[in-house]
Amino acid sequence: MAFLTFDVHHNKRQAYVTMGLLLALMLAFPFFAAQYGNSWVRIIDIALLYIMLALGLNIVVGFAGLLDLGYIAFFAVGAYLTGLFSSPQFAALLESVVNYHPAIGESLIALFGPDIQQNGIHLSVWAIVPLAGLVAGFFGALLGAPTLKLRGDYLAIVTLGFGEIIRIFMNNLNDPINFTNGPQGINMIDPIRIFGVSLAGEAGSQSTVYIGGYGMPSVNAYYFLFLALCIATIFITSRLQHSRLGRAWVAIREDEIAAKAMGINTRNVKLLAFSMGASFGGVAGAMFGAFQGFVSPESFSLTESIAVLAMVVLGGIGHIPGVVLGGVLLAALPEVLRHVVEPAQMAMFGKVIIEAEVLRQLLYGLALVAIMLVRPAGLWPSPNREQRPNAALARDDEKEAAAV
Amino acid sequence: METFVQQILNGLVLGSMYALVALGYTMVYGVLNLINFAHGDVLMIGAMVGLSILQLLEHHFPGLPGFIQLTIAILGAIPVAMLVNVLIERIAYRRLRNAPRLAPLITAIGVSILLQTFVMAMPWWGRSPLPFPQLLSSDPIMLGGAMISQTQVLLLVLAALAMVGLVLLVERTKMGRAMRAVAENPRVAGLMGVDSNSVIVATFAIGAALAAVAGVMWGANYASITFTMGVLPGLKAFCAAVLGGIGNIYGAMIGGLLLGIIEALGAGYIGDLTGGFLGSHYQDIFAFVVLILVLTLRPSGIMGERVADRA
Repeated sequence: MAFLTFDVHHNKRQAYVTMGLLLALMLAFPFFAAQYGNSWVRIIDIALLYIMLALGLNIVVGFAGLLDLGYIAFFAVGAYLTGLFSSPQFAALLESVVNYHPAIGESLIALFGPDIQQNGIHLSVWAIVPLAGLVAGFFGALLGAPTLKLRGDYLAIVTLGFGEIIRIFMNNLNDPINFTNGPQGINMIDPIRIFGVSLAGEAGSQSTVYIGGYGMPSVNAYYFLFLALCIATIFITSRLQHSRLGRAWVAIREDEIAAKAMGINTRNVKLLAFSMGASFGGVAGAMFGAFQGFVSPESFSLTESIAVLAMVVLGGIGHIPGVVLGGVLLAALPEVLRHVVEPAQMAMFGKVIIEAEVLRQLLYGLALVAIMLVRPAGLWPSPNREQRPNAALARDDEKEAAAV
Repeated sequence: METFVQQILNGLVLGSMYALVALGYTMVYGVLNLINFAHGDVLMIGAMVGLSILQLLEHHFPGLPGFIQLTIAILGAIPVAMLVNVLIERIAYRRLRNAPRLAPLITAIGVSILLQTFVMAMPWWGRSPLPFPQLLSSDPIMLGGAMISQTQVLLLVLAALAMVGLVLLVERTKMGRAMRAVAENPRVAGLMGVDSNSVIVATFAIGAALAAVAGVMWGANYASITFTMGVLPGLKAFCAAVLGGIGNIYGAMIGGLLLGIIEALGAGYIGDLTGGFLGSHYQDIFAFVVLILVLTLRPSGIMGERVADRA
């Protein structure tokens, strides 16, 4: 990938040219893809959400070296937050509180007003994004706190346990007080509105969004929103990586005891890794909820956590462009397979022999095993293992010395 | 009081299955310091193979007594599970013995997915839950107000036999001594002429055999199996192994039984304890709560001496 470089420090011009080209490509993509049907843009929309998730997990796993198998729980927290705060669900919650604890219920209604009791709360995107980030970040710290002493396998299994616990609660918190509506999930979540324009299109417009006089499909509008959030995520995580905190994470990943000896407060730094990673998951989840208009516990199973981990591992643990690549490959490829493989089998054999769902699983499993055995650093590994600013320069010097 | 006895019985049945699986985790951890994340799926494979054997028997030898059918199913499932687990070690772990700790963990998760995918893709297994035939009489046995089914009695007996057999193997045989030696210090064991690779293979095989027994009995007890059935029992058995002290086989047995009892009692009483706010459908939470508590309060578990921190 010599012509693609994101190394702003050492190859400034080429890096900016690469980024500019990519951006232009990304901006043009939906207009091109929409000619072949909205489903392709939809696939990429979901892929962008997964990339955000993978980048968030990359902070925890890639930078700080803490294997988190319950990461999807934060995605769920974000999604359920939107579910609760931008659908009629909040009214159902209030109603069950009134039934179960009349005193508390009445005072809550007095506090929020009768309108909310009828229709629920409808937050705008400008409130959802920071709220989802904050709440998920809080949950991340909550998860991190008891696991600070643990490492490796133990950490993985405890985080996995946390993920399961959150899923069990999502499944069962509908009785006696209805927070999550149980296994049925929450539907009728409002589409996102930006400056009064609904990204799902107004009623009767057949999912076309009109901005000024110009109309485009709803999936395209979401595409641009997700793209913006993704770019913001990439920007923030890459700044984080080169910050003091980022270096502290790498130090902990490489040798925790040494890091501690050098005066790094490992407890706080690890907690920050958990909660910052989680907050990206929360934002992605909130977007997912609004995009789908529906959330249910099924979307947040262990398999999804593993899928996100597979993206990070496949692309290149700790390397942001690699993680993005992994996210694109593993989020989009199975969907593409679904659109290609099943029709192809139908055409060839008259029936579907290998289902797309099986292929998707196969892809994830193979990605994890094969990458670890063959290319443990990922498809697009970090160019320099150490993230010291002049490590790459030092290597160039060595090369020259060797040539002489 | 009746609920109490009943829940203790349920807990023992559940716990003996956890114990069988936990032994597999703990033995592998003992020799390799590695958690075989795919172990739960070995249980699932055992159950699937057992079911297929039962279907074949039903087709070719109808009218065999249920007890004999179950025995054949278990005996048939054991070698398949052993083979699978040995293959897992060969493919996913052996090359990564000296790699960073994250690597075998990730391949293990990958192997777990691949095993599930394999079962999902097989036309005779597939994705939907499969009914597991009920071979033993469904008349319950009454024990002082509490009920226990004949399948569950058989399960308890089998689990006890398997555990006694394992203890004898580890304590009395040459292979057992080699296993203990490798667990103590693989390098020194190697210098003393122990072939650590064959010991590791044997450990994986024995663990798989126990998991296969648990898998078939799981099917017989719950009457339905699917390709994802191994995940949760596997995780809980791991919790049990940690509770007992990972690396210690007596710890795994005690931890398994204890976890089963905690879970059954928890599910039985959580409704009363929380005033109806949480109900018995929160049963799956207890194992993880126990795990978190053990790891934060006493990482070495009940019987263990190893320190979890170093994992």
